[in-house]
Amino acid sequence: MSTPRTTQGPGGPGRPGGPMGPGGMMGAMGMPVQKAKDFRGTFFRLLRYFRPQTLRLVIVFFAAILGTVFNIVGPKIMGQATTKLLEGVVAKLRHIPGAAIDFAGIQRILFILAGLYLVSAAFNYMQQYMMAGVAQRTVYTLRQQVQEKLNRLPLRFFDTRTHGEILSRAVNDMDNISSTLQQSLTQLITSFVTLVGIVVLMLTISPLLTLVVVITLPLSILVTTVIAKRSQTQFKNQQRYLGQLNGHVEEMYTGHRIVKAFGHERASITTFNTLNDQLYDAGWRAQFVSGIIMPLMTFIGNIGYVFVSVIGGILVTQGAIAIGDVQAFIQYASQFTQPITMLANITNIIQSTIASAERIFELLDEPEEIAEATTAISIAQPRGMVQFQHVNFRYKDDVPLIEDMNIDVHSGQTIAIVGPTGAGKTTLVNLLMRFYELNSGQILIDGIDITAMQRGALRRMFGMVLQDTWLFNGTIRDNIAYGREDASEEAIIQAAKAARADHFIRTLPQSYDTILNEDASNISQGQKQLLTIARAILADPAILILDEATSSVDTRTEVLIQKAMSDLMQGRTNFVIAHRLSTIRDADLILVMNHGSIIEQGTHEALLAQNGFYADLYNSQFTAKPIPVEAV
Amino acid sequence: MIRLLRSMVRAYTPQMLLVLGLVFLQSLAALYLPTLLANIVDNGIIKGDTTYILQTGGFMLLVAVGGTLASIIATFFSSRVAVGFGRMIRRKLFTHVENFSLHEFDTVGTASLITRTTNDTNQVQQVLVIILRMMLSAPMMIIGGIILAVRQDAPLAWVLVAVIPILITAILVIMRRAIPLFQIMQKKLDKLNLILDEGLTGVRVIRAFDRVTHESQRFATANQDLTDTAIHVNRIVAAMMPIMMLVLNFSTIAIIWFGSIRIDQGAMQLGALIAFLQYAMLILFSLLMVSMLFIMLPRAAASATRINAVLDIQPEIADAATVNDHDTERGYVEFNHVTFSYPGAEEPALADVSFKAIPGKVTAIIGGTGSGKSTLVNLIPRFYDIDAGSVLVDGIDIRAMSQEHLRAKIGFVPQKTILFSGAISDNLRYGHAMATMDEMRQAAETAQATEFIETMPDGVDALIAQGGTNLSGGQKQRLSIARALVRKPEIYIFDDSFSALDYKTDAKLRAALKHDTTDATVFIVAQRVSTVMDADQIIVLDEGRVVGIGTHRELMATSQAYHEIVASQLAEEELA
Repeated sequence: MSTPRTTQGPGGPGRPGGPMGPGGMMGAMGMPVQKAKDFRGTFFRLLRYFRPQTLRLVIVFFAAILGTVFNIVGPKIMGQATTKLLEGVVAKLRHIPGAAIDFAGIQRILFILAGLYLVSAAFNYMQQYMMAGVAQRTVYTLRQQVQEKLNRLPLRFFDTRTHGEILSRAVNDMDNISSTLQQSLTQLITSFVTLVGIVVLMLTISPLLTLVVVITLPLSILVTTVIAKRSQTQFKNQQRYLGQLNGHVEEMYTGHRIVKAFGHERASITTFNTLNDQLYDAGWRAQFVSGIIMPLMTFIGNIGYVFVSVIGGILVTQGAIAIGDVQAFIQYASQFTQPITMLANITNIIQSTIASAERIFELLDEPEEIAEATTAISIAQPRGMVQFQHVNFRYKDDVPLIEDMNIDVHSGQTIAIVGPTGAGKTTLVNLLMRFYELNSGQILIDGIDITAMQRGALRRMFGMVLQDTWLFNGTIRDNIAYGREDASEEAIIQAAKAARADHFIRTLPQSYDTILNEDASNISQGQKQLLTIARAILADPAILILDEATSSVDTRTEVLIQKAMSDLMQGRTNFVIAHRLSTIRDADLILVMNHGSIIEQGTHEALLAQNGFYADLYNSQFTAKPIPVEAV
Repeated sequence: MIRLLRSMVRAYTPQMLLVLGLVFLQSLAALYLPTLLANIVDNGIIKGDTTYILQTGGFMLLVAVGGTLASIIATFFSSRVAVGFGRMIRRKLFTHVENFSLHEFDTVGTASLITRTTNDTNQVQQVLVIILRMMLSAPMMIIGGIILAVRQDAPLAWVLVAVIPILITAILVIMRRAIPLFQIMQKKLDKLNLILDEGLTGVRVIRAFDRVTHESQRFATANQDLTDTAIHVNRIVAAMMPIMMLVLNFSTIAIIWFGSIRIDQGAMQLGALIAFLQYAMLILFSLLMVSMLFIMLPRAAASATRINAVLDIQPEIADAATVNDHDTERGYVEFNHVTFSYPGAEEPALADVSFKAIPGKVTAIIGGTGSGKSTLVNLIPRFYDIDAGSVLVDGIDIRAMSQEHLRAKIGFVPQKTILFSGAISDNLRYGHAMATMDEMRQAAETAQATEFIETMPDGVDALIAQGGTNLSGGQKQRLSIARALVRKPEIYIFDDSFSALDYKTDAKLRAALKHDTTDATVFIVAQRVSTVMDADQIIVLDEGRVVGIGTHRELMATSQAYHEIVASQLAEEELA
C-alpha cells in the first residue's frame, strides 16, 4: 500500500520494497520469490476471510469477466468495419457501378463497438470500485485479529522475539496482502479471461493463423523461464552484496567516533569501495538480465505479428479470409503475450502473498496465555501480603533459575533486591504479575493464589516504576492518568505534585496538554521517570515494584526522584531494586540475586554475618576501602 | 533530483548518448513495423502481389531483429549507467560522511545518515533504471508516432491532437485527487504502526495497568480510519484504467470513422488507416507510461533532496591549510579557558575550563550526569571544535595540528562500547595494524580479557557479530579497553569505561592498568568515587564549570560539591 499502484499497464504491479522498488510496468519478473510452506492450506484459509463478502466478491468476479469479454470482442467487430471499408474500396477500384462504401453499415458497427466499450468500462469500474471495499475490509479484519492476538499472547512470546520480527509480519506482510487483494486478484481473473477469450476469438477467425500465434507460446515460456532463472541468481547476488554494504555503512556510521579516534577513515573508505564495486557488478548484471525479458518478449510478439501479416495477407489475396479479420488478428496477436507475462508475474506475486499470509497465520496460531480461572476471585481491599511457596521457575527447561523459593512478606514491608546487573529483577516482575507461569509452587497475595484471580485484577494491585520508562504518544495528562481511567483533573495534578513533576510540567509550552512525541524525546529521561512515578501514585497500588536506578539523570532531578519514590513507598508493600545503601539497610528482607536466581536472602545483619556473596558485594560496593595497588 | 540527473549526464555523457541513439533506433523499429504493414495492405493485398508480401514480411523480420538488438544493447548500457551512477553517489556520500565531525552526525542523526546512504541512493538508482529503460523511449514514440501519423494522413492526425489533451487531463484530474489521499493514507498507516509498536515496547506496562482493552480500542479506531481512507482512495483510482481504456477505444472508433471518410474521398489508403490505428495505440500507451513517471518521481526526488542535503554539509572540522605536526613533547594536555556549547544549546556545555595534565599522572573527572564530563574528554581528540579558549596537546593548539597526527597520540575508550564485526584480533589491532601476537596478549591480559577470550571457540580468532551482540557488555568493554592499550598511545581517555564491569574485575583491571600506563597521560571519567579517589588530580564538574580540582584529600577539605558526591555514595563511617 506504500506505493500508489494505480496505473499499472501491461507489466503488472510491482512489489514494494523489492530490489527493483516501485515496479509498475516493470514487473517483478525474475526476482527471487519467497514461497509458502503449505500453499494449499494457507490459500484456503485466506479464502475464508472473504466469506462475509461472498456476494460482493461474486459480483466483482462477474464484472471482471464481463468487462474483459466485452473489451476483447472489440477488435473482431472493428475488423468487420474494416472489411466493409475494403469491400467498398475494392468495388470502387473495379469501377462497379454504384459502388460506394457502406457508411450506414460502418456506422452501425461503430455504434455497437462504442456500446461495447462503454459497457466494458462500466463493468471494469464497478469491479475495481467494489474490490476496494472487499480488499480493505478483509485486511481490516486481519489486522484486528493480529492485534487482538497480540493481546492474548504470553510475555514469553514478546521476550523471545525482536520487535522488528513481529512488526514485519504485522506491517510488511499485511501491506503485501493488501496490495495483492486490491490489484492482483482481479488481474488474475482478467488475464485468464483475456487469454482464453483471445484464443477462442482467434480460432473463430482462422485456425491456421491461430496456430501461427500459438507456436510462439513455447518460445515465450522458454525465454521467461531461462532468463528468470538467471536473473534470480543475479538478484540474489545483488541482495547479498547490498546487505554487506549496508552492514558496513551501519557499522562505520554508528562507530564513527571510534573510526575517527583510531584514524581509520581511509581504511573504512577502501572497504566501502570494494563492496560498492561488487554491488555494482552484481547490480548491473541483475538489471540487465531482468531488463532484456521485455525486449525479447516484444520480439517474440513481433515475430507473431510479422507472420500474421504475411500469412494473413496471402490468405486475403486468395480470398480465404477478410482483411478486417487480419487486422483483428494482428491486434489479438499483439495482446496475446501480455496476459502471459502478466500471469507469470501474478503467480510470483500470489506466491509471495501466500507466504506473507502464512507468516501472519503462524502468528495467529501461537499458543496463548493460559485461560483465566472460570470463577475468578478478586480482592476488594488488597492489603499487600505476598507469599512465595516452593516456587520453581525456569525460562528454559534445562536451565534451573529459581528453585524452591519461599518468602513471606507482610503488608507494608519493603523487600530490597540487590546484586549485579542481570535479568533478576525482570524475573521477579514476571512472576509477581503473572507474566510468566510458574513451573511449580504458588504465589499468594493476601492468601489467594494468583492463578485464581483475573489477570487484570491481579495486575491492578501492582504499581511499577522501572528504569526503562514507557510513555505513549499522547498528552502528559493522559499519560499520568493511564492507570486510572476516571481520574479527575485535580487528582492528576495532585499526583504530579506528589511526584515532584508538577513544576516541570508547567514550564512546558502546553503544560499538561503537551503531547509527548514518538520517542518522548521532548522531555528528559529524568522527567520521564517523574511522570512514571506520578502515574503509579495516581494508580495507588497496594504493592509496588520499584527500580531505584536513576541513570542518565542530572543530580538535581535525581534528588527529586528519590524523594518522590520514598513518598510513593509509604504504606505499601514494596519490592525495590535497590541501589542506595539506606534502602538496603532499612529493608525488611534482602533478596540477593546473581545470574537471575536468588542465591541468598535475609536481613542486612544476617547476611553480613553469613559472610557470603552479599557481604562481598557490600564490602566492594558500599565501602571505600582503597584498592590495593602498587604505588606510582 | 535534477541536480543529480545533471551530474549523471556529465559523468556518463558518451554512454548516455549511445543509449539515447539506441533507444531512438528501437522506437524507430517499433514504429516502422506498422508502416510496412500498411505497404503490405496497399501494395500486396489489394493488388494481390504475393511476392511483395513475402519480401516485405522478410524485411519486417529484419526490422524486428534490429529493434530488439538495439533494445538489448541499450538495456546493457543503461543498466551500467544507472547502477554505475548509484555506485558513484554512494561512494561520494560515504566518503563525504567519513569526513564529518561528531557535530554533523549529531545534527543529521546517525540513523538518518545510514538511510540516506543506503535506501535513498537505492531509491534514486531504481528510478534511474526505469527512466533509462522505459521513459526515454516514451517521448520518442510520441513524437515519432505523431510525425508518422501526419505523414500517413495529416487531417486524420487531428484526431490525435484532440485525444491527447483529453487523456492528459483525465490522468491529471484523477492524480490530483488521489495523490494527496495516498499521502494521508501513508500517515494513517504510520500512525497505526506507531500504536502497534507502542503496544510491543510497552507490553508490560499496558498489562500491568490492565489497559489492554483501551489499547485495543485505540488500535481499532486507527484501523477503521485507515481502512476508510484506503477504500476511498482506491475507489477514486478505480476510475483510472476504465477511463484510459475508454479514451483509447473511442479514439480508434473516431479514427476508423474519419478514416473511412478520407478513404472514400480517395485521400488516403486502407493500409494507412491500419497503420494509423497502431500509431495511435503506441502514442497513447507511451503517454500512460510517462504519467507513471509522475508517481515515481516524487519519491525519488525526496530521496535526492535528502542526499543533496548531506552532500551540501561542509564538515565543520577540517585540517588547517598548513599543519604543525612538529611537536617535541609527549603527553602534555592543557585546557586554557575552554568554553564550548553544543550547537543550538542555550547554555554552554563547558565554561571556562582550565587545567593541565602531564605524563605519568592520572586525571579523573567526576560530576553529575550532564555536568560535561564526556564533553570535556571528547574535546581532546578534537571531536568538536571549541568556542573560546584553546586546547593544547604537546604544546601545540590542536586546531593547528593535523587530525590524524593528533588522534594517533590518543587511546580512546568510549562510554558506549563499539566493536566491529570481524575477529577479536582484528578489533584489537584496530588502532595498531602491526601489533604482534604478544602485544595483543599483553593488552588483553591487562584488560582482564584473556580469560573469556580463551573460552571462546577460536580464541583471538573468534568472530564478533555486528554490534558485538554475541558478547556481554562487560566483555565488550574489556575488549574496547584492550584495543586502546594495543595502541600504546601517549594519552589514554577512559570515558566511563568501567561501568559494565563488576567491582572485582574493575579493581583488578585498574591495578593492572596502573602498571601499563606509567609513562602515559591518563584521563578517567567516572561516576563512582571509588574509581577516582586515588587519581593524581580530580576535576569536579558541575553544569559545565570546574568547581574543584585537586587530590581526593584536598577536595574533601575544600570542595563542597565533591563532598556531596562522596557522601551520597560512601558509607558514613568511611568518610573520615
